Amino acid sequence: MAAEQKQNSIQTRNLNLWYGEFQALKSVSVDVKNGLITALIGPSGCGKTTLLRCFNRINERFPYVRTQGEIVILGKNIYDPDVSLIELRKSVGMVFQRPNPIPISVYENVLFGLRIHHRLGHFKKAYLEEIVEKSLTEVGLWKDLRDRLKVKATTLQLEQQQKLCIARLLPLKPEIILMDEPCSALDVEGTRSIEDLMYKLRGRYTIVIVTHNMAQARRVSDECIFMLLGEKIEHSRTEDLFLKPQNPKTGEYIEGRYG
Amino acid sequence: MNDMSESDRLPTLPKRSVVSMAGEKLLEFIIRLSGISAIVFVLAIFFFIFREAAPIFFSENFNLVKFLFNAEWYPTSVTNVRYGTLALTVGSISVTLLAMSIAVPFGLGSAVYISEFCSPRLKEALKIIIELLAAIPSVVWGFIGLTVMSRTIISLTGAPVGVNLLNGGLILALMSVPIIVSIAEDALKAVPDSYREAALALGATNWQVVYRVLLPSAKNGLLAAVLLGIGRSVGETMAVLMATGHAVQIPHGLLDSVRTLTANIAAELGEASASSDHYHVLFLTGVLLFILTFAVNLTADFVIRGIRRK
Ligand SMILES: Nc1ncnc2c1ncn2[C@@H]1O[C@H](COP(=O)(O)OP(=O)(O)O)[C@@H](O)[C@H]1O
Ligand SMILES: [Mg+2]
Repeated sequence: MAAEQKQNSIQTRNLNLWYGEFQALKSVSVDVKNGLITALIGPSGCGKTTLLRCFNRINERFPYVRTQGEIVILGKNIYDPDVSLIELRKSVGMVFQRPNPIPISVYENVLFGLRIHHRLGHFKKAYLEEIVEKSLTEVGLWKDLRDRLKVKATTLQLEQQQKLCIARLLPLKPEIILMDEPCSALDVEGTRSIEDLMYKLRGRYTIVIVTHNMAQARRVSDECIFMLLGEKIEHSRTEDLFLKPQNPKTGEYIEGRYG
Repeated sequence: MNDMSESDRLPTLPKRSVVSMAGEKLLEFIIRLSGISAIVFVLAIFFFIFREAAPIFFSENFNLVKFLFNAEWYPTSVTNVRYGTLALTVGSISVTLLAMSIAVPFGLGSAVYISEFCSPRLKEALKIIIELLAAIPSVVWGFIGLTVMSRTIISLTGAPVGVNLLNGGLILALMSVPIIVSIAEDALKAVPDSYREAALALGATNWQVVYRVLLPSAKNGLLAAVLLGIGRSVGETMAVLMATGHAVQIPHGLLDSVRTLTANIAAELGEASASSDHYHVLFLTGVLLFILTFAVNLTADFVIRGIRRK
C-alpha cells in the first residue's frame, strides 16, 4: 500500500458526490500515477469536470455540494480535518475550460500566487522579475510578452491567456496540474501549442486533463480514464484503451456510438 | 399550362407588410426622440435657471467674487445687503464629506458582505431591508434628525443644540448607504465567477479574493456607487434643512450648526418676491449647485477613463 501510494499522486476510494439531490459521482475509485499525463474522457455530463474539481476541493464553494469517500493526494487524505486547503491548492494547480486570467497586468498574474501566500516585501524585486521570466519562458510566452508585461492580461489573445493561466501556477511549484478542457476555447494552432506545452511539462508534474476530444486524449495522454454517468468504467494505458478496450461500453464510446 | 408556370417559377422570399415596416420606423423615431429629449431637458433646465439668475449681474449690490468667496449672507438686510455664499458652499461640502466618510466604508463593506459572504437567505432579507431604507422619504429622515438624533447628540456630547453638522452628516450617511450598497452590489455581481475561482484555486482566502480580485475588477462600478452617493448628499434638501440647524456660518467643529446651498434655496425662495435681487441671487445659487454637481460627475468621468486607459 505504501509503495502504491508513492507511485500514485492521486487516489480516490468510493468517491460519491451530490449536487443537492443529484448524484454526479458514483463510487469512483481511481489511481492517477505520478509524473504521467492522465486523460479523463467520456460524454458530456458524465462527471469529468466534477471529479477534477474534487482534487483541489474547489467544488466546495457551492454549499449544496456533498462529498463522501476518500481522496488521497500526495499521501494525505484531503478530507482530513488537519488538511490545509491553502497548502492543498498550492500543490494542486488548476487550469480552467475558459482562460480566466485576472484583469490585472500579465506580470501580476504570474505573481498572484506568490503575492497571496507571502507578506508584502517578502521578495526582492529582482527575484520576482526572474520568476516572471522563468515562468513565462516555460510556457513559451516570454518572447511575445517580455515588452508587454504591464498589459492587462484579459486583453491578450485567448491562446496567450490560457498559457498565462498555466504560467501563473508554476511559481508555487505545484506537484499536480489539473486541466479542464484547456483547449476547448482555442483554435487548431492554439490547441497544438498547448498540447506541445503539456508534453514539455510531462514528468515534472502529474497532469490530469479532461477532454472530450478523443484524438487529443490519444495524442497527449499516457493513461486514460473513461467515465460514463458518474461512474468510472475503465482505466488503462491510453493505447490499450483505444486499441483493445476491456469494457464494451468503452468500445462503443470510442467508436463514436454516443457522446 | 397553368400548372407548368407554377412549377417553373423560382421560390421567392415572402415580403414584409407595409404596416410592419412603418411600425418599425415609428418605433425607431420614438426611441430616438426619447434619447434626444434627455439632452433637451438638461439644456432647458439650465437655460431656465440661468435666465432667472441673470438679472442679478446688473444689480449694483452684487459682486461675483464676493458671491463666491464671502461668507456673509444677509439678503434681506435693509442697510447693507450682502450675498456671500461661501458659508453655504462650505456647509454643503462639509456635510457631504462627513456623510461620505461614514457611508462609503459602510456601504462598500455591506455590499461585499451581501455579495460574497452571506447565505442566500440572509442575502434576500438584507436586500429587502436595504430597499426599505431607500424608500423612506427624506422629510421622515429630517424628522428623525430633528428628534431622535438631536436628542441623542445632546445627551452624548453635551452640545447646546443637537441639530448640527454631525446630525446632518449622520442622516445623509444613512440616506446614501442604500444607494451605495445596491450599485456596489451590482458591480460585484457583475465580476465573472471564473475570476473568483482562478484566485481560489491558487489558494486565496475569501478575503484575498475580495481585495485582490473583486476590488480591482469592479473598480469602475464601485466608484460609480460612491459618486451616486455623493450626488445624493449634495442634492438632498429637506433632510438637511431639518437636521443641520440652518445657521449660516463656516463650521469649526462637528457640533456647529450649518446651512447648505440646497436648504437655503428651499427655505428662502418662498419669501423672496419674484424679480427681486434676492430671488435672482437664489437662482444663481442654484446655478452654483448645478456647477458643483457637474464638476463632481466630470471628475468621476475622468477618473474612470484614467483607470480604463491603464
Ligand atoms: N454546479 C452544479 N450544480 C448542479 N449540477 C451540476 C453542477 N455542475 C455539474 N452538474 C451536473 O453534474 C453532472 C456532471 O457534470 P460535469 O462534471 O460538468 O460533466 P462533464 O464535465 O463530464 O461534462 C451533469 O449532469 C451536470 O448537469
Ligand atoms: Mg466539463
